[in-house]
Amino acid sequence: MSAPSQNAGFLKQATITAVFIAVLWGVDQLLQIGLNPYYVRVVVNCGIAAILALSLNLINGCAGQFSLGHAGFMAVGAYVSATLTTVYPAGEFFQSPLGVGVAITIGGIVAALAGYLVGLPSLRLKGDYLAIVTLGFSEMIRVCFLNIPAVGGARGMNGIPVHSSFFWVYLWAALAWVFFWRLLRSGRGRAILALRDDETAAEAMGVEVSHFKVVSFSLSSAFAGIAGGLFAHYQGFIDPQSFDFSRSVLVVIMVVLGGMGSLSGAVLGAVVVTVLPESLRVFESYRLIIFPLVLILMMLLRPKGILGHREIWEFFPRRAK
Amino acid sequence: MQAFIQNLINGLALGGVYALVALGYTMVYGILQFINFAHSEIFMLGAFAGLFVAVALQDVGSTPVVVTAVVFASMAACMAVGALVERLAYRPLRSAPRLNVLITAVGVSLLLQNAAQILWGATPRVFPTILETQPLWQGTELVLTNVQLIVIVVSAVLVFGLSILVNRTKLGMAMRAVSFDFDVSSLMGIPTDRIIVFTFMIGCSLAGCASILYGISYPKIEPMMGVVIGMKAFVAAVFGGIGSLTGAAVGGLVLGLSESFTIYYVSSTFRDAIAFAILILVLLLRPSGLFGVVRKEKV
Repeated sequence: MSAPSQNAGFLKQATITAVFIAVLWGVDQLLQIGLNPYYVRVVVNCGIAAILALSLNLINGCAGQFSLGHAGFMAVGAYVSATLTTVYPAGEFFQSPLGVGVAITIGGIVAALAGYLVGLPSLRLKGDYLAIVTLGFSEMIRVCFLNIPAVGGARGMNGIPVHSSFFWVYLWAALAWVFFWRLLRSGRGRAILALRDDETAAEAMGVEVSHFKVVSFSLSSAFAGIAGGLFAHYQGFIDPQSFDFSRSVLVVIMVVLGGMGSLSGAVLGAVVVTVLPESLRVFESYRLIIFPLVLILMMLLRPKGILGHREIWEFFPRRAK
Repeated sequence: MQAFIQNLINGLALGGVYALVALGYTMVYGILQFINFAHSEIFMLGAFAGLFVAVALQDVGSTPVVVTAVVFASMAACMAVGALVERLAYRPLRSAPRLNVLITAVGVSLLLQNAAQILWGATPRVFPTILETQPLWQGTELVLTNVQLIVIVVSAVLVFGLSILVNRTKLGMAMRAVSFDFDVSSLMGIPTDRIIVFTFMIGCSLAGCASILYGISYPKIEPMMGVVIGMKAFVAAVFGGIGSLTGAAVGGLVLGLSESFTIYYVSSTFRDAIAFAILILVLLLRPSGLFGVVRKEKV
């Protein structure tokens, strides 16, 4: 490839990015004026859920490991970023939108470290045992926050500056999408996929199994932490109860429902799992029954998830060129 | 020293309940290789069934007959629900990937929880005193109540009975065969589906009995009560090596003991974390639990 065409590629990408950000910002402004705040909240929650599902998809869908502790990493990100903006140092800078962005990024980095630590036992454990250890770690993280008075203990943290809006959430979601999309098409991504398909064969082909397991755990946790930070700075309030076992299970449901290993599937699953209970509000308390029923029927009737391994556009035949 | 013995007694009583619930998890896992998340809700339903029968029999007074009736009603209810869940939700997925069965189990668990909340409300109810708590033996700082003794003895008897059932009877042999190799045992003429239903029913009846034992010790019944106990019991099962009956019993006891000692010597807010800390430590040293069988993966 010659230099000019590379330059042109860069220009094209930069233009696309700029247009995307502009559109996102425009939609954000429109939403603030036009749409019912309730719907805005559902849309933003969809975005946060999409980041969670995309990141868990890397462990559960691509690397073939089974993590049940995503809420724990989310909690790390949420608490670290909220502590930076609210408790310490909490100065002028960390109260500004840019500072909140920095805090959320730091939260993601700390969550990645936590993911690295949790990823280490995954070298020895398989299947359900790994699932239960990740669950154990996430519960321990939750109990630790429960026992730190500085971050509110069981009462939770109040007065977190609310700076993550539609714009920021979807910007991060887009970043997560691009990141995982590029990762899965790189050599390292292929190595991670090889873990899922056949660990023994992958090792025989020279894939460093343990290295890539830990890498996928860390990367996935980083984005879970960012989702947690966005969540904290959107709600303005967090408590340990927000990050319990049921949230981890919900994220697993998103990934499985959408189709394991498919990025668009993860997003679709996140949207379905977030919107479905809301749209069932007309049935009042019976929606609590309808949601699990849909889940069970889904597993019985379409066991591979809505999309299976495929991406959403693969269902539509391409026009002949 | 007395405080130590007191915690030992409390821990054994709590551990007995955990062990009974853990056995249900481990039996289902041994045969079908999936975590039956709905088991904790079976426990909760058992407590509610016992509650209703106890309320209905309140005029009779607190005689041993009433206690027995409550226990059996709860066990019967749990067996029925367990068999139903297996038939409707799990059997159609027999050949599906394990993750799907797992998600279905989560779905069933949510369904039962929410149905109970709609039917009976989320406010906790008080379990009627079908058994007057009396100190059997009292030291200066040490009490052994009749309830604690009953919990310990009943769970020990049930664990012992189950091990006879599994190791000495024909049904138990069939259960072991199905768990060893599903396809081959069905070729040998074992009615696998029926054995699986039996396994579910036995595991669920143990959960039912555990729920009554729990109800007379901690008389607060609510639709979400199963979640924490179910998770602890599951940890106990994994800790002991999931699929192993001895492991589940030992795991339950260790968990109950560690919890009661943590509450006394450390802090009650750490009681849930200690279970997982022990679990992680054990799994790091022995990746398939204390009594679990290590299966070599063949290429």
